Amino acid sequence: MNTSPLNPTEHAQGESAQVTTVSAPAKAQTRRFGNKVRDAGLAYLFLLPALIIFGVFAYYPLYRLFWYATHTQSRFRNKPASYVGLEQLKASLTSNDFISGLTHSGLYMLYTVPLGLLLGVMLAVSTHRRLKGIKIFQTIFSSTVASSVAVASVVFITLVNPEIGYFKNVPWLSLRNPTSALFAVSLSSVWQNLGLTFIVVLAALQTVPDELIEAATLDGYGAIRRFWRITVPLISPALLFLGIVLVVSALQAFAQIEILTGGGPSGATETLLFKIADPRGIRPLGVRASYSLGLFVLTAIVAGAQYSIMSKRVHYGD
Amino acid sequence: MATDPTVSAANEQNRLNQNAEQIVDPLVPAPYDNDKAVQPPRSGLRNAVATTTTYLVLTALSVIVLFPIYMLLLRALSSPLKYISAGQPLYPVSIEWDVFNRAFGQASLGRSMGLSFVVTFVIVIAQVLTSVLAAYAFAFLEFPLKKLAFVLVIGTLLLPIEVTLIANVEIIRKLHLLNSVPGLTFPFLVTAIGIFLIRQGFLGIPRDLRDASELDGYGHLRFLFKVAMPMSKAIIGSFIVIAFLGAWNQYVWPRFATDRGAWQTVQVALRTIGSENPGELNLGFAAAIVASLPLLALLIFFQRQIVRGLTAGAVKG
Repeated sequence: MNTSPLNPTEHAQGESAQVTTVSAPAKAQTRRFGNKVRDAGLAYLFLLPALIIFGVFAYYPLYRLFWYATHTQSRFRNKPASYVGLEQLKASLTSNDFISGLTHSGLYMLYTVPLGLLLGVMLAVSTHRRLKGIKIFQTIFSSTVASSVAVASVVFITLVNPEIGYFKNVPWLSLRNPTSALFAVSLSSVWQNLGLTFIVVLAALQTVPDELIEAATLDGYGAIRRFWRITVPLISPALLFLGIVLVVSALQAFAQIEILTGGGPSGATETLLFKIADPRGIRPLGVRASYSLGLFVLTAIVAGAQYSIMSKRVHYGD
Repeated sequence: MATDPTVSAANEQNRLNQNAEQIVDPLVPAPYDNDKAVQPPRSGLRNAVATTTTYLVLTALSVIVLFPIYMLLLRALSSPLKYISAGQPLYPVSIEWDVFNRAFGQASLGRSMGLSFVVTFVIVIAQVLTSVLAAYAFAFLEFPLKKLAFVLVIGTLLLPIEVTLIANVEIIRKLHLLNSVPGLTFPFLVTAIGIFLIRQGFLGIPRDLRDASELDGYGHLRFLFKVAMPMSKAIIGSFIVIAFLGAWNQYVWPRFATDRGAWQTVQVALRTIGSENPGELNLGFAAAIVASLPLLALLIFFQRQIVRGLTAGAVKG
C-alpha cells in the first residue's frame, strides 16, 4: 500500500546520511517498508520447520498414496511397478473387502458414539451439584483419561478375552461370535473415552448460568423439561465437538482390534484402518493405498462437518 | 419460554438470558431471597433421602467405571495359573508382588518405557517450538501468501497419520529410519492443533502492547519471548499437557515404524508382553499399569491444564 521507492539498502544509507532532510512522514513510511520486508523474511523463517515437516510427512505421502493406488506392485520389491490408471482404485473401493471394512467402521461408530455421549452426559449431570465429597466422584469419572487405547485394550482382555476374561461366558460380549465381537471391542473404546466426555460435558455444564435453571424452576419446569429445554441446547456445542471427536476416533480404531481380536473371528472385526494397516500383510500396497484414499475422503467429510459447525458458532465462543 | 432446538445457540442464550432477567427480577426483589424461592424448604427427612439416593447412584456409577481398573490390578497381582484354577474370583489369588520387577527384568519393560519417554519428550519439545514460531508468524506478522500458508496448515487436519500411514512407512523405510528415534518422531514434530491453539492465545494479546514494545525498542524475538509467550502461559501449558498425552498414547505409528522388538514403545510392547506364556500373563497386565503411571501423575498434578486443553476445542472451536 504505502511502499517507498527506495529499496531497503538505499533506505539504510539514506537514514544515516540524510536523517535531517527527510520529512517525518516519509521517514516513517520508509521504515515501515523496511520492517515489512524484514517481517516477511522472519515469518517465512518461523514457518519453515512447520512447512517442511508438513510437506514431507503429510502432503508428499498424499501424493504417494495416489501413486501407489495407480500402480500395481510386484510382491518382490526389486521388480518395477506398472501404471494401471484408476483401474485398481475403482476395483479396490468397490470390493467386498472394502465394503466390509466400511461396514465394520460404521458399526463401530454406531456402538461407540451415542453410548459414549449418553454415559458422559449421565456422569457429568450426576456430579454437577454441590455435595460433600463430589470432587472424589469427579476424579473417579475422569480417571480413564489416563488410559491409552492400548492400555484400555489390555484392561478389556481381563473382561472379554475368550479364555481368561471375567465375562467370557456372557454371549453378547463374546469375542468368538462374529455378531458380538465388534460390540464387545467397542465397549473398551466407550470406557476409555468416558473420561474425556465426562470432563468436557462437566465443563460445559458449569457454564450454564444458575439463574436460568432457577428461572425455569419458577416457571414450573420439572427437572426433565429443564434438562432438555435449557441445559441440552446450551451444552450442544460441547456435545457436537465430542460427537466429532468420537466419530473420528471410531474411524481410526486399530489398536483395540489388534490387541483384543486380531481382526477375527473370520474378519468380523476388521475395520477400515485394520485393513489398511494390514498387520498380517495380505493385501497389496496399491489396494491399501486405495483404501487409504477412501479413509481420506471420509476424514475430509467429517472435518468439513466440523468446520461448518465450528464456523457457525464463532459468535458464541467466549 | 419453550425453546426451539433449531435456533442457534447464540440466540438461545440471549433469549434465555432476557427471559431470566424478566422473570427473576420482578419476583425476587432481594438476592438473598433467591435460594428460598428456588428451593422451597424441605423436610429434613426428604432431604436426607434425596442426598442418600444421590450418593448411592454416584457410588454405583463409580463401581462401574472402576471395575475394569480393579480387574486389571487383580489380574496383575494374582498368579495367573492359580487364579484361573481358583475359578476366576473377584479377589486376588496368591499375590505375586514381584510381578513389576519381573516385567521390568524379563519383559524389558524398562527399555520400552525409556524409549516412550524419549520419543514423547522429543515430540512435545519440538511441537511447542514449531507451534510457537508458526503461531507468532500468523498472529503478529504480515507476509505474502499468508492465506495460502494458513490453508496448508489447516489442510493437514485432513491428513492424520492414519490416512498417510502406509506412505509414511515407505518414506521412513527409504530414509533408513525404521527402528530409530527420528523415525518414531519425525512425522509429529509439528501439529496444526498446536499452531491454532497458541495462535489463538497470541491473538488475545492487545495490538497496542506490540506497538508499545516496538517503541521501547523490542524486536520480534524479544517481544515473543518476553511478552507474547509469558502472556500465553496458560494456553501453552495446556498444549504441553495434551501434547504429552497424545504422544505418550500413540500406537499406530510406532507399531508400523518399527519392526524390531527392541524399538517398541511401551504402548506397542503391551501387545506382546506376557502373551506367549500363559503362566506370565500377569506381566502384561502389570506393564499396562506401569504404562499408565506417567499419565496418572499428569492427571493428578496438572488437572486444570488437562481440562483446559481437552475442552479448548469444545469451547473455543
